[in-house]
Amino acid sequence: MAPEPAARPSSPLDLFVTFTLLALQGFGGVLAVTQRELCERKRWLTHAQFVEVLSIGQVLPGPNVVNVALIIGDRYFGWRGAFSALAGMMTLPLVIVLALAALYVEFAQLAAVAGALRGMAAVAAGLIIGTALRLAASLRGTPIGGVAAIALATASFVAVALLRWPLVWVLLALGAVGMAWAWRCLASRDRAAR
Amino acid sequence: MTTLTLAEALPLFGHFLVMSLLAIGGAIVVAPEMHRLMVGQLHLLDDAQFNASIALAQAAPGPNVLFVAVLGYQAAGLAGAAVTLAGIMLPSTLLTIGATRWAQARQHRIGIRAFKAGLAPITIALLAATGWVLTAQNPTAPVILLTAITALLAWRTRIHVLWLIAAGAVAGAIGLV
Repeated sequence: MAPEPAARPSSPLDLFVTFTLLALQGFGGVLAVTQRELCERKRWLTHAQFVEVLSIGQVLPGPNVVNVALIIGDRYFGWRGAFSALAGMMTLPLVIVLALAALYVEFAQLAAVAGALRGMAAVAAGLIIGTALRLAASLRGTPIGGVAAIALATASFVAVALLRWPLVWVLLALGAVGMAWAWRCLASRDRAAR
Repeated sequence: MTTLTLAEALPLFGHFLVMSLLAIGGAIVVAPEMHRLMVGQLHLLDDAQFNASIALAQAAPGPNVLFVAVLGYQAAGLAGAAVTLAGIMLPSTLLTIGATRWAQARQHRIGIRAFKAGLAPITIALLAATGWVLTAQNPTAPVILLTAITALLAWRTRIHVLWLIAAGAVAGAIGLV
């Protein structure tokens, strides 16, 4: 089993502040910085636990990273925790983005601003890829076996990134295959343990 | 920008409630449906406003779902933002909390463990795919190089993300990418 995390949020306020601070660092997407803050800095979750929470957040409708905030908040403090984490993730960024929307027209015409946004988008893409590479190490020792894990990951990447198949169908089809295979592996492992 | 009457706000809210439950993978998945509704059917926005809303929210700090609030704001001010954002968030939030409580209560059952173990490699690969798709939107050599360097630093070092974002912004502002 995965090692236990070293720490936990001390209060709903702690959740609110933590998610506010990480959301404010999330230019071009918050997932990469969420993983770093929660796993490396706060140590509320191990890498494997983060992948588990993200897996749940991903198959459910709604923004993945918002679902991650809700799940973590709910796990520690129930409804109060879920909404503290959600409010932290959304409130200040919402104020900022609406203020920018009010200014945007004059703002976007500057070549330097357009260039800066392009550069930030390239970094945001790199951060997500770096996060995937970082989390890949958590697959070591997976009950489904290394070969199956690599096969599932490769098939998912090819289907979504290269073939551009719709995410829902890829998740349904490969998710069913992965789950069925994991079920088999876990069942035989449980039998061996008895 | 127009003001929103209740007769306009309610159907808009209803459509976003439905889209919320269809948004597996994020609100951006249903962006084409939002476009059909707000630009094509209700004429609340034009094409340029729609695209600018998505680009703005992606560049700003915070979750990308905030583009939905910008769409509502462009269409009908703060009231519009409240209608679209509440609509897209409410059903998925309740479903997520309900579903995770259900799964947490059954975390030792083999079905839940199989879900977690079977989905983990797919989840990680889909993150990499997201980065790939973002890069492929504008695949010039400097962009690919900047993305690759960032990925390497994010993977191998503990350098703070804000330094990387700032470096990307400066590189773009002075015309390097």
